[in-house]
Amino acid sequence: MASRDDIKFLSNPNLGKDKKKYCRFKKFGIKHIDYKDPDFLLQFINPQGKLLPRRITGNSLKYQKKVAVAVKRARHLGLVPYVADLLK
Amino acid sequence: MRQYEITFIIDPVLPGDEANKAAKSYETLLSEEGASIVNVDNMGLKQLAYPINKKNSGVYKCIEFQSEHGAMIPKVELAMRRDERIMRFLTVKLDKYAVKYNEDKRNGLIGSAKKSKDSDKKDSKDGKPAYRVAKDDLTLIEGVGPKASKLLTTAGINTYAKLSGATPSEIKEILSKGGPAFKTMDPGTWPDQAQLAADGKWSQLNAMKEKLVGGKAIGEEE
Repeated sequence: MASRDDIKFLSNPNLGKDKKKYCRFKKFGIKHIDYKDPDFLLQFINPQGKLLPRRITGNSLKYQKKVAVAVKRARHLGLVPYVADLLK
Repeated sequence: MRQYEITFIIDPVLPGDEANKAAKSYETLLSEEGASIVNVDNMGLKQLAYPINKKNSGVYKCIEFQSEHGAMIPKVELAMRRDERIMRFLTVKLDKYAVKYNEDKRNGLIGSAKKSKDSDKKDSKDGKPAYRVAKDDLTLIEGVGPKASKLLTTAGINTYAKLSGATPSEIKEILSKGGPAFKTMDPGTWPDQAQLAADGKWSQLNAMKEKLVGGKAIGEEE
């Protein structure tokens, strides 16, 4: 008699379920976004150097605004490009 | 008292120590105007994301200072605009979180890479510093994934040397505690792989890994 643990599925039964997005700043208590850290900001821009929308990153509105400001400051200082191609 | 920081890019083609001199002159200008310098961060020569003034790199400096109302900032900015050595500048008022962040960064609590920040978080969470001592990356062993390596680490096997000392049946017992998904794993070759890793024989290990799939020796049936 096969126990419940031995049952195998042909495909992953969790495949369709989406992982709930969350705001990483709220979750990890990050209060300040450093505009001098381009590697971190790269997570919030797409390969063309445009800001990613909140629906992709999951940021809360408060921190999305701060991310936007930080990216724009970094662009001014030449740390992050205004326009790019195949950035990542 | 408000805290500000002014980040600027200095021309990289200046002769000798000219870049540092330029930064020094702004430090003195700020303190002459009544600001107290908190910190000067030499971010060093960096590649620019796009050319500025037909140059592809620049020397970054960041002066953090305190002032009552920032009355000297227009003067400093005007001086920077007139200065040909300065390619770009940005003055920012720091809120309390930014001040805290900069302090932590100076004290080395926040690494230049964000990865170290994440690992700091993890360390503080489980609060078991013993596991961090000489911990090896067990996932380099063919067949050991991140989850299996976590299981092994919590069971006290956190180095290649310890893994090589364990017998396959011991490892299997540790894995079976992790749930049914780990029952299918075959740790038969893990101690041998760990032995090579512990001795630093990476090329031999890689050669061995090529013959293995999921930690099982293939070709035995043939």
